[in-house]
Amino acid sequence: MSKTFTLDGKPIPFEDGQTIMQAATAAGVYIPHLCHHPEFTPHGSCKLCNVNVNGRNCSACTFPATEGQDVLSETTEINQDRQKITQMLFVEGNHFCPSCEKSGNCQLQGVAYHLNMLDNHFPHFYAERKMDASHPDVMIDHNRCIFCTLCVRASQQADSKDVFAISGRGINKHLIVNSESGQLKDSDIDAGDRAAHICPTGAILIKRTGYTVPIGQRIYDHKQIDQVSLETEHESHG
Amino acid sequence: MANKIRVATTSLAGCFGCHMSFLDIDERMLQLAEAVEFDRSPITDIEHCTNCDIGLIEGGVCNSENVHVLREFRKNCKTLVAVGACAINGGLPAMRNFIPLEECLTEAYLDGIGVENPQIPSDPELPLLLDKVRPIHEIVKIDYFLPGCPPSADVFWKFLTDLLEGREPSLPYELVHYD
Repeated sequence: MSKTFTLDGKPIPFEDGQTIMQAATAAGVYIPHLCHHPEFTPHGSCKLCNVNVNGRNCSACTFPATEGQDVLSETTEINQDRQKITQMLFVEGNHFCPSCEKSGNCQLQGVAYHLNMLDNHFPHFYAERKMDASHPDVMIDHNRCIFCTLCVRASQQADSKDVFAISGRGINKHLIVNSESGQLKDSDIDAGDRAAHICPTGAILIKRTGYTVPIGQRIYDHKQIDQVSLETEHESHG
Repeated sequence: MANKIRVATTSLAGCFGCHMSFLDIDERMLQLAEAVEFDRSPITDIEHCTNCDIGLIEGGVCNSENVHVLREFRKNCKTLVAVGACAINGGLPAMRNFIPLEECLTEAYLDGIGVENPQIPSDPELPLLLDKVRPIHEIVKIDYFLPGCPPSADVFWKFLTDLLEGREPSLPYELVHYD
């Protein structure tokens, strides 16, 4: 008989070495996340997958599942924390959805919709962030970067390159490009790279593809992110 | 009818798109008019708020007049609602926040292509621009938020009928959009 822990009172089977996130996803239970992707080493930085394990708050994407754990995820308090975290992500960057070509396909937006986030609550930073449109096929809009490091991990682990990194600390944290000029055009990035397609927001985009699917007919316009996430990420965990 | 709910609306740093979307409730406007009376609003041309139940604010705050109007609404409306992306996060007008105000004015009124008789408008009647466009919740307390650019007519309808029928307003998933 396989080992189990309980998630919101429901038994979840797991195998040794699995994280709470991996076991939950395999069992068809969604835990909100942004920096987590089943194909890449967990990073545990966005804190959206925050769950309560035996009374302590932990990141489900990094915390190992163990026998008999009592895990809480869908509580009012935890979802309120998740909403506040999402609101902080919105005010820290410059997320103007109506002018963003990722709108409707954006996971940051999808999570916010899922959490029924109707406002940004906090004062806006309006931080000055740059764009890098130097590359013929790929562009970076730093206004929308949430420092999830998925592009960093995808470039290293899937593309066997090392195009991206996060530099600086706290409010000065920013995405940097591995090239002498610091520009994307002088880096090893290619439009076919996993790193060019992994961004959960509209920070890294493939040029000339933004409006192939019209606004209103996009992923999260009609489907909630929990359903999309379980459909697309389930196999990778399986 | 004496007991109608009084509603005021205004557009601050907005494009009136939210008001147009509100009018898209179409024939439901007749049903709404049975329960609601409009106070200050572009629909009525009434210049100042009196005591109102609901204030709908479109647009963010980009100049001194916006601040005064917003405070007048807060003072006179029991329930104040941020309507649309610009009221909620500054929206497209806030994209000027990354360019110093002087550069914006210079480009628009002095150096821009096709500008004739270049001069920066300085009539004392004109409200002064703020250095940054701000969402309205940074100025006054806001009770409800209706996201969207614009929020669809169904968002207005759902929100107002919830309030009129005494329910806590809530928007189902398909009515929540930021674009």
